[in-house]
Formats: sequence, structure tokens, C-alpha cells
Amino acid sequence: MVQSLDYLKETASQTAGPYVHIGLIPNQAGFDIFENNFTNVLADENTRGERIIIEGRVIDGTGTPLRDALLEIWQANADGRYNHELDRQNSGKIDEDFRGWGRTGTDFDTAVYRFETIKPGLVSGRNGKDMAPHINFWIVARGINIGLNTRMYFADEQDANAADPVLNLIEQKTRRKTLIADRDDSGPIPVYRFDIILQGDGETVFFDI
Amino acid sequence: MEFYQRDRTLQPAGYTPIYKTSVARSPRQSLLSLQGSLSEITGPVFGQNELGPLDNDLIRNYAKDGDPIGERIIVHGRVLDENNRPVPNTLVEFWQANAGGRYRHKKDTYLAPIDPNFGGCGRALTDENGYYFFRTIKPGPYPWRNYVNSWRPAHIHFSVCGSGFAQRLITQMYFEGDPLIKECPIVHVIPDEDAINRLIAPIDLKGSVPLDTIAYKFDIVLRGRRSTLFENRLEGN
Repeated sequence: MVQSLDYLKETASQTAGPYVHIGLIPNQAGFDIFENNFTNVLADENTRGERIIIEGRVIDGTGTPLRDALLEIWQANADGRYNHELDRQNSGKIDEDFRGWGRTGTDFDTAVYRFETIKPGLVSGRNGKDMAPHINFWIVARGINIGLNTRMYFADEQDANAADPVLNLIEQKTRRKTLIADRDDSGPIPVYRFDIILQGDGETVFFDI
Repeated sequence: MEFYQRDRTLQPAGYTPIYKTSVARSPRQSLLSLQGSLSEITGPVFGQNELGPLDNDLIRNYAKDGDPIGERIIVHGRVLDENNRPVPNTLVEFWQANAGGRYRHKKDTYLAPIDPNFGGCGRALTDENGYYFFRTIKPGPYPWRNYVNSWRPAHIHFSVCGSGFAQRLITQMYFEGDPLIKECPIVHVIPDEDAINRLIAPIDLKGSVPLDTIAYKFDIVLRGRRSTLFENRLEGN
């Protein structure tokens, strides 16, 4: 017998189920229990950067939007820095008024989700290649056995998107656009619309990260 | 540091027809494998000051005029990574049905009654050893629409943030000895019998409070990070 490798094994994922709201966003389940709730608002009045809204739906393989999905986002600040000790980029500063994380559910009636945040900056990627501004998404719901990871990019960042090392990894060029959110400047705050298609025509690119 | 590649042989596939809802909600294209960048190896950080003193006491955190009905239990354990190292200061959240198998949720219409003294959710931060604990009542099994006669084993949902976004995990804890575990399609989307067994918490008499509350132990393992010094560069110059 050779020596044993004593790594542990990752715990198996299970669906978040239809009642995920109770645990993660109890107000949407219909009751108030915690003094401090985690929400879909990432930026306060002191946060640096351009205010934006992200809105969209999560759509299943029959074209039906999910009314019970939970989404979390994780992003860099306006300088492209993540508020985390492992981000050792020299450029830019940590923003004490921006954690960079939020969560929300799709609405039980409209099926729309919404985040209020700021537009992130460029983040340094592997081997010196800058990544275009992007927001990391994680989606769970009843019927989703293991959380789905994807990224949202910004349609008004054409040059950065064209050079982005992750978008360029997507072999079928037509699928890259599934990660690019269009910008709507018709209201007081720009709105990026980002629908996530779980299956079928226009299926969003999901990552094994 | 970047994470070890996820071992998908221990994880459920997206498309699992025995769990019918997964059929229309699972991608048909392959997931695109990404080497870790800053976007995946970092993640949100939480502080104890964000939690309330009763957040990990489900017996008390929604009590209106008495204790909730049901078996009083403690659930405790450690959040570790694949390197067998504790994951400290990480957010663990949990939610569950009441003793009758009913959730406090506007979309749950099961005929078992709501317990006026039970909310059914809580949260904790792990300590420096990765340890967490909470007190609750044992949830009941309940029927659900998959086959016409499908019943969920008693379970508690867990959400763990980890120290990087790629560690994010949601799972369910089951109870030792529950005969419904072997019948449950949601359990059996997991393709590996040992991985299923790792979701079943044993009774832990040593962790119990005599004459008061019985304990179950539930450890959770998140992905580990590489530690060798010979790294691809995760970021630029």
C-alpha cells in the first residue's frame, strides 16, 4: 500500500428548494425575523462609482420565467478591487463602503429580479490579461441541484469585452452575447437588463469555476 | 489561491429526471471550465456585528408566547475544506419546516399547521476553528409533488458562503435513521452513496444537554485551495 492522500471530499450540493426565501431572504417568505437583513442593495451613499440597476429574469427550458429563483452577485468596486484579502492588485483602493455582494429573489408575481449597485472596474486576470468589467452571478432554485455560476458583462464596454480572456474562451461566438447586458439610459439611473436562460435557445453560458 | 477543481462525480448533475423539476431547469450545454481568477477565489466577508444574539436559536428567535412544539435539538459541527483545515468566520445559514413538516412561507399550503412560535430560520458565523452551532426543533417530513406519493425525509437546509465565491454551497442535512432518506429522489440525484451518507447527521449524545436537548453533529466540507508555491499567475504583474 502506498501512503494515503488524506484530503476530505466536498459536501454534496442539494437544491435550495421552493422555500429558500425563509433562510436567505425571510422578508420575501412573508415574515420579519432578523434585525439585519441581507439585501439586493449593494451601494450606499458613500460608495464610489456609477450607480446602476441590474434587472432581469431567469427563464426555464419551456420559456417560463422562474418565480422562485434566488440570485447572488459578487463584484469588484469601481476601481476593480475586490473587498477581500486575496485581492493584492496594486491598482485601485478598497472601498470601505462597498462589500460587493448582494442577494435577492425573483419576484413571485413579475418574476423579475433587481440589484442596485455600482459599475465595477477592470480586474486583472490570469497571466496579466485584464478582465472586462463584470459581475459574478450564482443562481439557485427548486429544480437546480447545484448552484449555477455565470458572469454579466456590460454592452457599453465593447473594447474591453472584445479582449476579455473569459469571453474569448467561449468557443461559439454567438454564445458570448448571452453574458452581455444591454444598457438602458431612459431613466434616472442606468438599467442593465440581464436575462438568464437556463436551457434551450439562447442558453446562458454557465461556468464550472 | 485558486481552488481544486470540483469533483463532479460526487455532485448531482443538473439534469436528473427522477427529480422532475430539474428537467426544465437544467442547462443542456456543458459548463465551461474556468481556471480561477480573482473573481472566483475572493468572496464576501461578514462580521459578527451583522448577526443578532438569537440568530442561532430557532427555539427563541421567533417565539411569541412560548416555545415551539417539537423535539428540542442542537445541531453543531465544523466547516472544513478539502485540506482538512477549518473555514473560520464564514456565514452559515439554515432553514427548515416545523415539527409538523410545515414551512412558514406564503407558498407552502400543506395542511399541517403553522407553529406560531417558530420562524424556521437562523444563521451563525463559524469561529476560528470552523465550529458553528444552533438550537432548534426537529423538523417533520412532508409530502411534495414529484410522484403523487413523494415524501421528503426530515431535513434542514444549509447555505455556506466559504472564503471564496467558488466555495458557495447549498445543501441539506438529514437525520440518522430516517427511513424516508432511501426513498427520496432529491437525495438520490447524488450519484455517490458515500456522498449521500455524508449528508446524514448522527445523533451525538456527548454533544447533548442532559435532560434538555439532544444533539446531532453535521460537518460540512468546502473546496480546498492549492498551496504549492509553483503557481500560474492569478493576476497581472
